[in-house]
Amino acid sequence: MTLAPETTDLTIEIALDDDWFTVCDLRALLPGRGVAALLPDGRQAAVFRDRSGDLFAIDNRDPFTGAAVLSRGLTGTHQGRPFVASPLLKQRFDLSSGQCLDDETVRVTAYKVRTS
Amino acid sequence: MTATQGTTPTIVLVGHGMVGQRFLEALAERGLTATHRVVVLCEEPRPAYDRVALTSYFSGKTPEDLSMTDMEFITTHGIELYVGDPAETVDREAKKVTARSGQVFDYDTLVLATGSFPFVPPVPNKDAEGCFVYRTIEDLLAIEEYAKSKATVGAVVGGGLLGLEAAGALKGLGLTSHIVEFAPRLMPVQVDDGGGAALLRTIEEMGLTVHTGVGTQEIVVGEDGAVTGMKLSDGSELAADMVVFSAGVRPRDQLARDCGLTVGERGGITVDEQCRTVADPHVFAIGECALASDGRVYGLVAPGYEQAETAAATIASDEASFTGADLSTKLKLLGVDVASFGDAHGTAEDCLDVVYSDSRAGLYKKLVIGRDGTLLGGILVGDADAYGTLKAFTGSVPPVSPESLVLPAGAGESVQLGPSALPDEAIVCSCHNVSKGTIRGAVTDHQCTTVPEVKKCTKAGTGCGSCVKVLGQLVNAELEASGVEVDKGLCGCFGQTREELYEIVLALRITSFQDLLDRHGREEARGGDGCEVCKPAVGSIIASLAPTIGASGYVLDGEQAALQDTNDHFLANLQKNGSYSVVPRIPGGEIAPEKLIVIGEIARDFGLYTKITGGQRIDMFGARVEQLPLIWARLVDAGFESGHAYGKSLRTVKSCVGQTWCRYGVQDSVKMAIDLELRYRGLRSPHKLKSAVSGCQRECAEAQSKDFGVIATANGWNLYVGGNGGATPRHADLLAQDLSDAELVRLIDRFLMFYIRTADRLERTSTWLERIPGGLDHVRDVVVHDSLGICDELEQLMRAHVAHYRDEWAETINDPEKLARFVSFVNAPDTPDPVVAFVPERDQMKPDLPLLSIGMRPAADVLEGSAQR
Repeated sequence: MTLAPETTDLTIEIALDDDWFTVCDLRALLPGRGVAALLPDGRQAAVFRDRSGDLFAIDNRDPFTGAAVLSRGLTGTHQGRPFVASPLLKQRFDLSSGQCLDDETVRVTAYKVRTS
Repeated sequence: MTATQGTTPTIVLVGHGMVGQRFLEALAERGLTATHRVVVLCEEPRPAYDRVALTSYFSGKTPEDLSMTDMEFITTHGIELYVGDPAETVDREAKKVTARSGQVFDYDTLVLATGSFPFVPPVPNKDAEGCFVYRTIEDLLAIEEYAKSKATVGAVVGGGLLGLEAAGALKGLGLTSHIVEFAPRLMPVQVDDGGGAALLRTIEEMGLTVHTGVGTQEIVVGEDGAVTGMKLSDGSELAADMVVFSAGVRPRDQLARDCGLTVGERGGITVDEQCRTVADPHVFAIGECALASDGRVYGLVAPGYEQAETAAATIASDEASFTGADLSTKLKLLGVDVASFGDAHGTAEDCLDVVYSDSRAGLYKKLVIGRDGTLLGGILVGDADAYGTLKAFTGSVPPVSPESLVLPAGAGESVQLGPSALPDEAIVCSCHNVSKGTIRGAVTDHQCTTVPEVKKCTKAGTGCGSCVKVLGQLVNAELEASGVEVDKGLCGCFGQTREELYEIVLALRITSFQDLLDRHGREEARGGDGCEVCKPAVGSIIASLAPTIGASGYVLDGEQAALQDTNDHFLANLQKNGSYSVVPRIPGGEIAPEKLIVIGEIARDFGLYTKITGGQRIDMFGARVEQLPLIWARLVDAGFESGHAYGKSLRTVKSCVGQTWCRYGVQDSVKMAIDLELRYRGLRSPHKLKSAVSGCQRECAEAQSKDFGVIATANGWNLYVGGNGGATPRHADLLAQDLSDAELVRLIDRFLMFYIRTADRLERTSTWLERIPGGLDHVRDVVVHDSLGICDELEQLMRAHVAHYRDEWAETINDPEKLARFVSFVNAPDTPDPVVAFVPERDQMKPDLPLLSIGMRPAADVLEGSAQR
């Protein structure tokens, strides 16, 4: 994760099998909100930016409902760790690890993110 | 006891009023319904109802609302209840009761709860057409019908409690009302001359004419035999088309007399301390028909309940006795507080009065003090706030001087004597006989932390409700004393309540969430991102106050966009498969055919599922996020705006068709609903707001289940607040009556802004009303009487909201930067989300979702109407 001092012209990339996949311009991402990206294999990633500029990406699919909506949830900080709350039934997911904070048996994929 | 029917002894209860019902409950609580056959003979056509609240029928309560009988209770306990079938004869020798229907019941124990009948003075023509009594729901129905069809002037004989209620009801029905009272003052039993004078002034100001010190000599009738007036004892004649006798009640003891039971000289079935008749150990008498062992007939419900408990306990061979009761009462009569307690008339020897009287304000307060300083009793008219505390102190020497207890706040000497000064044995709730110690115990031993919990645990405050204020003070004091640190903070990020954050945002003009979090958040949360609880809550506060604090009124602007719940962020309702639904605003539910066609066309063109909603709207489901702006554009072109069918804001204002078409309507409810919806649309609030306007008392728009509901009257509008459907239904409370259009709007402005200011996050108006100290009375004081002096500010805030309202959907489709957010994928704006798929069902379509186990986060905030503390 990189803190970018200059936001123009920077693009966000996420790591897929040792390859970096370009998602969008950094400025497309509003601090505190997410966007969804379609991955080459048909999966979806939810990409977030927090207020300090850190970037995160997890699977976009809400494992509790099957809908691809995690990118539209509200983000926050829980005990110092960033999370997103599903907009459907409000389960929270740690953005760095994909771990569900309300059900320890559930975890979604987390991706590495960088800007370039 | 000997059994007559097999081995099961039989209890026959004659009379199913409030006291009768309580007796049945007491039997059930003691397990007697399981061991006995219980037969109830009820004369009225309906089972027990709340006779104390009878008059509320005229402010919109239905007979069903007044019912106190849970039929499930009756059937579960195997009680045989015969309504409309009174007992006619009792054969004590054979221990048999015969009902009007001819049914005969053997009894082992007979309980008479026959109540009382209205006293009608023996004047000529007292039974003429147009003469009524005021005792049962049937009486009220008859009065209502006659008043609406045949009368313009009504006279009430009797200026006591019921008389005043009856006069108020006649006035409410549009009649000119007179009160004729034989005694020299109103409410002669409860208040003294000074109190009566204060009451008189207030009652006359309401437009009722009062004649005291005169008796009724004759009812004058016309040629058709109907009432035309009455002759009074001072020689004058009063023209009136109807007369309501409300001159007191007499015990109904005829059945007892007929079977040879002992009755008192002035009526009433004579019973001992166990409520057993003195003449027959197998017969009991309870309630208003009984002459208690202290020689009194009690006409109040609380002593009746106590007698019911006593009789049930005695039948169960438990020890109990009724030796007399406190006649303290606190009432709200035509909006005026009237209370009397203890030795209100100062009959004790050597007692002294302490009186505070302010005729201008309609205030009168008198305390009766014994020689040694003991508080013996008192009378409060106009302001009875201190009733709960004073009554509990009765019989003891209060820790402060009596003068300070009656002087109004701010008059120098006044002392707010808190209930913490009460002894543990002081009775706080006299309806259920709950002491302060029991209430403290509920907090300390039963872990109750809120008033509703304590009510449930102890029953305190569930009778007449006059002690709820004291209850709240006791609960808080006890919590503080036991060192329970109740964290009232909004969430892990803020230690303040929503109300406190509102005040901070307003006072400091804070327009940024990060700013608020970094300056006022909990230490450990500062510099962070907040959470899913505080972000939308603060977003809502900033949106509510936007024009006043100088924030943008557009919820997708700048940082505000990041605070909004997903529905507010996408300006539509997220559905389970990730698609959205769109509900065009149809103010008041009124829509022209052309617009209906447009909605149909849009739904067809975008392949949407349509359904009529409960709020008189048309919901279009299944829109993909990238379709939303296209749908809004079509709506805007046709003169619609999309609607806030989501989010914590005004949802809909429903209406019935009203005066314009309906033959019963008395006002234009549709126009009022449209006006209200357009005024309050877009108003961000702690929870969603629903409203409705009905064009007459038939209430087809169901306004009483709304946060603010309006019902038309012949004279204007009645405003109800705090109603709720959903998981915890609650009927709305009447806030004010007969308002003009302007008065109505002004009052709603104030009410909504006060709610937005003081409610918790996700606290509907119904829970808020129940929770805030002082409840409905306090809210009425603040928004109607401006007791806090904030009404100007509340109105100003609402004016600013109305002036700055913008169509968020139109604004979004005209803003390319915002439009860019409405895509399924940031890297493939033209690709729809493949997870959003549909399959056909009943000529339309439904979401096609892969099978997944659906987990629910165990959070209270999913349930509507549940308190968030």
